[in-house]
Parts: sequence; C-alpha cells; structure tokens
Amino acid sequence: MSTRLVSRLIIAAATALAAILPLILPSWATLTTLILAKGIVVLGIIILLQAGQVSFGHAMFFGVGAYTIAFWGRYVGAGDLLLFLVLGPMLAMVFGLLIGLFVVRYREIFFGMLNLAFSMVMWSLLEKLYAFTNGADGIRVARPTLAGISFTPEVFQYVLLYLTLGLVLVVSYGVQRYLDSPLGHMLRAIKSNETRLEYLGVSAKRILLIGYVISAFLGGLGGVLVAVAQQIATPEFAYWTKSGEFVFIAILGGTANAAGAFAGAAVFETVRFFASAQLANAWQLILGVVLIVIIMFAPNGLIGLRNRGKAQAEVRP
Amino acid sequence: MSRVLISARGLKIRFGGVIAADGIDLDVLEGENLAIIGPNGAGKTTFLNMATGYLRPQAGTVSFLGRDITALPPRTITRLGIARAFQIPQLFLDQTVLENMLIASSAQTGSMSAFRHLLDLPQRNEVEDLLDLVGVRAFANRKAFELPEGQRKLVDIALALALKPTVLLMDEPTSGVASGEKLGLMDILTSALARQKVSSVFVEHDMDMVERYAHRVAVWSSGKIQVVGPPAEILNNTEVREHVIGI
Repeated sequence: MSTRLVSRLIIAAATALAAILPLILPSWATLTTLILAKGIVVLGIIILLQAGQVSFGHAMFFGVGAYTIAFWGRYVGAGDLLLFLVLGPMLAMVFGLLIGLFVVRYREIFFGMLNLAFSMVMWSLLEKLYAFTNGADGIRVARPTLAGISFTPEVFQYVLLYLTLGLVLVVSYGVQRYLDSPLGHMLRAIKSNETRLEYLGVSAKRILLIGYVISAFLGGLGGVLVAVAQQIATPEFAYWTKSGEFVFIAILGGTANAAGAFAGAAVFETVRFFASAQLANAWQLILGVVLIVIIMFAPNGLIGLRNRGKAQAEVRP
Repeated sequence: MSRVLISARGLKIRFGGVIAADGIDLDVLEGENLAIIGPNGAGKTTFLNMATGYLRPQAGTVSFLGRDITALPPRTITRLGIARAFQIPQLFLDQTVLENMLIASSAQTGSMSAFRHLLDLPQRNEVEDLLDLVGVRAFANRKAFELPEGQRKLVDIALALALKPTVLLMDEPTSGVASGEKLGLMDILTSALARQKVSSVFVEHDMDMVERYAHRVAVWSSGKIQVVGPPAEILNNTEVREHVIGI
C-alpha cells in the first residue's frame, strides 16, 4: 500500500470517528467541536513554525474571532453563524495584517515576545474596558441561527459539530496546498536560509507576512467556533496561557503537516477532559508529563511517529 | 566597445582598523568573464558584498546599467539582474535540490502561487536541465544537507543561474570542488554563461582557471585594485607574480 493511500485512509478514519462517535456519546459532541476548532487555530501556529517562528501571542486572533460574535450580539443583535464565520476571520486578518507589519521584521525570541506583547495589550483592553466588554466576566454569546434556521440546543451542538468538521476538511486541504506551494516552500526557506532567499530576489518579510495573515485568519475562525460552542467570550480567549496552549498542541501533534494540529488537539482536549474530571487541579501535571514523553521519544510529535515508521519502511530493501 | 554593466566608483569601507575597500573603481563589461585575484583579506568578497547590497559602502557608488544601486537591498539588486553564488554554498538544506531550484525559479518568474504544488510548476524541466548542466541531476530528489560540499557548491551556482541573471558574481566557484573536476566544471560553466549571454565576475585562487577562463583580471591588494588587464599580461607581471601568485 502506498504511503499516500495510508495517509488518506487515516484521515478518512479520523473524520469518520469525529463524525460518528458523538452520535453514540452525545457528551462528546461539544468536546469534538472544541478539538476541531482549536486544531484550526493550531494550523496557524504550524504555518508560522514552518518559518521557524513561534508566536506566543496568537490567542489574540482567537480573541478577535470570539469577540466579533460577542460584540455583534451585544451591540447589533441577533446574527447568523455564516455571517460570523466570514466576519470573524476577516477581522482577524485585518488585525493580523496590522500587527504583522510590525512583527515580521523580527525573528525568533523577539518575534515571539512581540506577539506576546500585542496579545497582552488586547487582553488588558478586554479586561479593563468593563463598560464595553464586561471585563473578566466576558460576554455571553447567544446561539446563532444557521442560514436563517434556528435550532434547539440538542440539535445545534450537532449542527455546529458537522459544520466545524466540514470547515476543518476545507482549511486543512487549503493549508496543505499552501505549504506545498512556492509560497509555502519560501516560508520554510526563511527558517533554513533567509540570506539566500533575499539573494533570490524574494522579500522574506513579505513571505512571512502572508503566512502571518493566513494564520491570523485561522485563529479568528477557531475563535468564532469556540465562542459559539462555549456560548461565551472572555478575555481568557486572548490570554497568554491560551497562546501557550496552542503552541503546546502544535508541538504535541507535530508540525510537519496539517494533520498534526488535529492529532495534538484531540490528545490535549481529551486528556484535559478526563484528567480534570478525575484529578481536578492536577490535569496540567498529566499534560506536562505527556509533553515530556513526546519531546523525549517523539520529537516530531504524534504525526512524526507515523512518518518515522514510513522512513523505516522506505529504508527496508 | 562593450557596454558597461556594473560600474563601481570610489568604493570605500572600513571595518575597525581594517580598510577592506579603499577607493575601488571597476567596470564589469558585457560578455566578459572578469576574474578577481588577490591574497586573503584583500577585500575581494567585500567587493561582492558591496556590489550586491549586502554591505553599504561608506563612500562611493555602484551602478548597474547606469542606475545607482548603492543603497538597494540584495533582493532588489538580484531582481535587477545581478545574481550571486557563494564561497560557502547557501542552500535551503531541509529541502530537496529540485525544490531549491524551483524556489529560485519561481522567485525569478514571480509565479508565487499559494495553491499550486511546487513540483508541478511548468519550469520544472528547465531547472532539471540546469541541474544536468552543472552535473547534479542525480541528486535532484535528495535533501540539500545530504550532498557533499562540492555538489552543494554546484547547486549554489545552479540556483543563481535559475535566476537568469545579466551578471553572475561567483565567490571561488571551484573551491571545494575536487581538483580533477575543476576544469570540467569551469568548461561547462563558462560555455553555459556564454550561451545564455551571462557576464560573470569570479573570485579565484587557482591561476590555471584564471588563465583559461578569464577575459580580464583585476588584482586586489589591501583594499585597492593594483592592476587590471588581460590574463596573459597580468599573470606575467613581476609584481603580481611576487605578491599575489607567490612565485
């Protein structure tokens, strides 16, 4: 069997699992939605990691997505999910472009910290502008309609799940195409030899900015979906621990391709879900141990385990 | 008379106490292969760095086809038509040789699609021919870090050629290449340059190469150009023989 076919079968099986499992276990519907939505945000982290850059502030775009729908509900009124799914990511892209113009001039720790700084500004504004944002209490997000149809909560959780699953397939395909394209390869070239890239006549800043704006888009999309699933937007969405969580998931899952984002998110959210139920405040401990094991034994993440098997298979005569 | 491509006038740069360029005047002419020779530390690479925008001279100007390019960054100068190959090969080590070439080629054509697969680009045949030309086609699907230094050097030159430059600046193109292969490589390279009408400047330590392949030779010494002329004349110049060649 070709490795390509195996990859496709794994993706098909994972998609089927995400689609069917929540039908059998209804309590998994929202959890699966959260896994998928966070995976979308992590895709954005993976894009930046191709260029060797880690953003410790990416939750700000997640926050932009979430607060787009929250502010709409508070100041405009009822809205449709389709509208939010366009508006949230678009606004995140605008933020991404403005902030990106600054941060793409820097690399490595400076890039990471500047992102962190911008996200903390956003978090502070969301916390302190109480009159507009309700501060740390956040803004409740009403259940939106979808294409004008309103659903009961029981049905809506499934509607949201399948919509999210569909979006995951579309954006994963798009991101993988991007990473395989000339622009995606140039992004990787920033990591391996930026000087040569400039000597090919390419502006590394512009290449990174394109990746940054795409990753902001994905952050915004994930933010809308999570705010709808959890029916609330709080400043925590943009807090640095949330940014760290996305980076954590990316490393856990593996950064070589789009599938890593979802494998990582699935393990992360599942461990958190069960560990927090069983061990209350010790769930971070469990996740910490999981990450240490991954870094020591599978430095390329969960997806790297499979690629390692693949590499060994190729070496075999 | 041949057209002047690159024209440097009065270039000066100093690093602390070291004067790496002390009034460099040099023209690179259309259709020529200009060799730069001189002892280590004479400022040969510094000149290439100033001509490509990597270093900004403290005084003087560089122009290309009559346009002042002194303050421009390397990417802009590259796009104008001055490509560069490095003494230490500068490749994208985690990507395959073919991917390296296609990145260069898509930079040149401006085909910066975000949706088309890199390996499906129409210029693939063209860059494979270039790899053939410099003799590294067999490594096309290997990651650049897997290649021996000599082969990396050839890929580095092929990357520059993929940009279809007007002038190619090469920093010791044959260093790191096995001595038995130097002649063959330079034969191929200079005939390819002639065919594609690319003028070249190459820094070289091997006087055989200079004698065979250069149309003109510029001799560097302590940040100055000592003398410029045809190889036969320069290589028999007593002073040059003593100070640069060391015979």
